[in-house]
Amino acid sequence: MRVLIVDDSNIIRRSIQRTIGSGESPYEIRTASNGKDALRVFDEFLPEIVTMDITMPEMDGISCVDAILSRRPETRILVISALADKATAVEAVRRGAQGFLLKPFTPESLSLELTELLKD
Amino acid sequence: MTDSDLKVFVAGTSKFFREMGLSDAEVSTPFVREDSDRVTYEFSAVIGVSGTQRGCVYFSAPRMMVEEIMRTVGEPDFADENCADLVGEIANTVSGNAREFLGSGFMISVPVVFYGPSQDVRFPPDMPCFVIPIIWNGHRSSLIICLKDQPKAKAGVERKLEVAEV
Repeated sequence: MRVLIVDDSNIIRRSIQRTIGSGESPYEIRTASNGKDALRVFDEFLPEIVTMDITMPEMDGISCVDAILSRRPETRILVISALADKATAVEAVRRGAQGFLLKPFTPESLSLELTELLKD
Repeated sequence: MTDSDLKVFVAGTSKFFREMGLSDAEVSTPFVREDSDRVTYEFSAVIGVSGTQRGCVYFSAPRMMVEEIMRTVGEPDFADENCADLVGEIANTVSGNAREFLGSGFMISVPVVFYGPSQDVRFPPDMPCFVIPIIWNGHRSSLIICLKDQPKAKAGVERKLEVAEV
């Protein structure tokens, strides 16, 4: 299964990668540091799952969710953001994201959210 | 900025350390920064704030503290860029989490990071900056809050412009 990790923080990208890519991971992983870069990687990699930050330079995560779902509506997107107001989570889901995980997160909470995301 | 706004950041900082699986951080009594105070360390990050409030939020920490946090969360690469990135992420997370209480009109920028001997951290001259000392595992760091309420009409215009940009 292909996973694209989108976050402007290298530390966060590496943290997500360590959590889901360790051991005999079923995931093939690519990363991107902003929305524009994410769309370029998305078009060549065609991931089934995307983890998406919101506050990023170049193109924010909400716009990127729109662009990804207009390319491949079946893509499953988990938004991972520090923005803790309800309006942000509601907006992400309204745009088509299937899950929302608040930063800071633990490896356990990330794994749980990804399991939930793949349930359907 | 009110006392309860400041409490949001104090609580948010404690929550950050707890939820990252780190040992508890001690948050000391906040004070208003004077020019003679030494409140920044090797790695600093600033988040710009607009919308209902205007100003910025800084987090600054010494290298030893940053490296110890990285070690604790399993990050093996202590390169300067990664240390600065972690400090930026802490500033971003504490500021973003504050929206739970301050609302979505509290709009934040991506972090800008500074490090190295020539770092030049400047504070806004037209508002008080509150320093929240954070002590973790014997290391002292600072969360610095410089915020001013925006007149409602101006905050509304700023929000509309930002929405239009998206």
